[in-house]
Amino acid sequence: MSTESTSSITGAESLVRSLEHAGVTDLFGIPGGAILPAYDPLMDSKKLRHILVRHEQGAGHAAQGYALATNRVGVCMATSGPGATNLVTPIADAYMDSVAMVAITGQVPSAAIGTDAFQEADIRGITMPITKHNYLVTNAADISRAIAEAFHIAGTGRPGPVLVDISKDALQASTDFVWPTNIDLPGYNPVTKPNSKQVKEAAKLIMESRKPVFYVGGGVIKAQAAKELYELAELTGIPVVTTLMARGAFPDSHRQHLGMPGMHGTVAAVGALQKSDLLITLAARFDDRVTGRLDSFAPFAAVIHADIDPAEIGKNREADVPIVGDVKETIIELIAAIKAEMKSGKRIEQDAWWAELNQMRTTYPLGYDLPNDGSVSPQLVIQRLGQISGPETIFTSGVGQHQMWAAQFIDYEVPGTWMNSGGLGTMGFAVPAAMGAKVGAPDKTVWAIDGDGCFQMTNQELATCAINDIPIKVGIINNQSLGMVRQWQTLFYNSRYSNTDLQTHRIPDFVKLADAYGCHGLRCESPDQIDAVIEKAMSLNDAPVVVDFSVHKDAMVWPMVSAGASNDEIKYARDLAPDWERGDAE
Amino acid sequence: MSRHTLSVLVEDQPGVLARVAALFSRRGFNIESLAVGPTEIEGVSRMTIAINVDKLPLEQVTKQLNKLINVLKIVELEPSASVQRELLLVKVKVDKDSRSSVLETVQLFRAKVVDVSTDALVIEVTGNSDKLDAFLRSVEPYGIKELVQSGMVAVGRGDKSITERSLRVADKTA
Repeated sequence: MSTESTSSITGAESLVRSLEHAGVTDLFGIPGGAILPAYDPLMDSKKLRHILVRHEQGAGHAAQGYALATNRVGVCMATSGPGATNLVTPIADAYMDSVAMVAITGQVPSAAIGTDAFQEADIRGITMPITKHNYLVTNAADISRAIAEAFHIAGTGRPGPVLVDISKDALQASTDFVWPTNIDLPGYNPVTKPNSKQVKEAAKLIMESRKPVFYVGGGVIKAQAAKELYELAELTGIPVVTTLMARGAFPDSHRQHLGMPGMHGTVAAVGALQKSDLLITLAARFDDRVTGRLDSFAPFAAVIHADIDPAEIGKNREADVPIVGDVKETIIELIAAIKAEMKSGKRIEQDAWWAELNQMRTTYPLGYDLPNDGSVSPQLVIQRLGQISGPETIFTSGVGQHQMWAAQFIDYEVPGTWMNSGGLGTMGFAVPAAMGAKVGAPDKTVWAIDGDGCFQMTNQELATCAINDIPIKVGIINNQSLGMVRQWQTLFYNSRYSNTDLQTHRIPDFVKLADAYGCHGLRCESPDQIDAVIEKAMSLNDAPVVVDFSVHKDAMVWPMVSAGASNDEIKYARDLAPDWERGDAE
Repeated sequence: MSRHTLSVLVEDQPGVLARVAALFSRRGFNIESLAVGPTEIEGVSRMTIAINVDKLPLEQVTKQLNKLINVLKIVELEPSASVQRELLLVKVKVDKDSRSSVLETVQLFRAKVVDVSTDALVIEVTGNSDKLDAFLRSVEPYGIKELVQSGMVAVGRGDKSITERSLRVADKTA
């Protein structure tokens, strides 16, 4: 049962040793009363690097960025009460975006639980609906098993966050250390191997389809199945769309790639789904930001839905061919099944389909107008960031206009180079996630593309970055307002800008702020400075860099499907609907 | 909307009831009744959950329940292939005129008087919800002073047990 058994160590030592056994090398956190016993042996660990953050939310998002950059389980740690509740946002974020994360929190001594003790919060109860699983450990002997199970659950099947709450007395008590080598969870058996009958059925549907689309979700990146997807796409010649969470799963430069679908997707990607006769859904979840009004989404399409989580299948859209399993294994089997079909002389007739798609693609390419008042175009800044930094660069973003532009105007060629808060939409994700990504992938350039609103929610982690030699780069797309909310006010609230003006042209001065944090601060105020400033930022690697890109505040994100509207109502630009025959079933 | 009965085997762990209840509430499903107790297997509890949903949401309920680590198995029990029982304790007002007719009703329903006082009888009835409703309608005119009812428990008919695979597993996709 065990590989190692040592007598009489403290629960805290057991925790540290368990983390080492779980393969952890880096974790992010802040100590406090209830978790204090754990921080003492942590100081002596040769294997664990603990990065002291400035706010627990930063620890959580850093753990997410770390997990996404390394394909390992990210770890964050906090004390009881407010420490734990500050982790709630990143935990919810990790749950929505299926990020493998273990959060460890201290809890008040078990005798005090339930008494409204100082810094007591029922964090297990609070996080029940936003974790894959969680634990309250009040016995030192149970710590190692809880940690082993937590890592197993977080990192297998559909990844997700697991919280382990440990009472202070359990950390202080003596116990024997036993590291469990086998995990016994009778209620947890994720299906990874796809049903081959279903795969064959899918292959048959694909061969018979005339308007197929690969609708690719973030699970393809999580399953590290980008290579297999590439092979499948090349084999079939079928068009590919990659969701916000899947940007990078398939090269943007590939001729079969139609871009991102959804609320701010390309006309070709949205149009392809709407006109398709077969959605080959690979680890995507029919999110409302992709489908628009559900009852008019892809109205002519049969649906193949491959996902590792059975609960996703049929949740929003009925699947004609459900395939539960690891998407990598599913794609591998699908390739074999399609090859077998092709051997018998069959091919997928899609010339007419491609003609239609290419028409959409050339008529309505992704683009933007440059402001004519000499101000800086936010889209151009983001596009140049992508072009100058190159395809290996990791980009993180906050939430809002800059996020959508970063998803649209950076060409992603490599999986794992795009990290954002897709499901929960957490403003403030960019800086701490970039910090975590840089710790996980120190040799890569990491750019946080942030908004001036988002940046002000979590920029305290610049101190963490500066002190711990984590030289991230932050590009603030500063439009002096909560840009996406302002865009909606422009479009839907008669341009009444209630509480969206942040006045960030005056306060704070981001360059001075960067300086105060021991970072390089750069400013870009005119279009001719863009390239020079980006190149300057790229050349500074001894400390974090913050660039304040002062941009045009009226720029809007297009195309757009209004919330709750049908994808058929997509607007290419304001008051400009693409000319495609809607609801036509030929 | 139709009524469904789910038998859910769960690990007997602290918080498991909260997890199940929280899941129903978070996903917007209403529990009509819930009963939980030990089973023949140590460490395994069984919940009987009655819900009113359409077929499609029911599939979502069972799939989401299945995702809970402490949930071991979910079986939907069809009314025709299972025995479903609830327990009712009711305190009915009686006087010397009504006492005998109340006792007659008790006999008709094969109920039991479990406590007697001069002005009231405590009556115990078991059965499915139709029977309990019918009983309550019959004694209501006499005056119900107090009423308490258990959640429904159910077991499949025949020689098979829920730990065998033969009963229809509610989640077919998994």
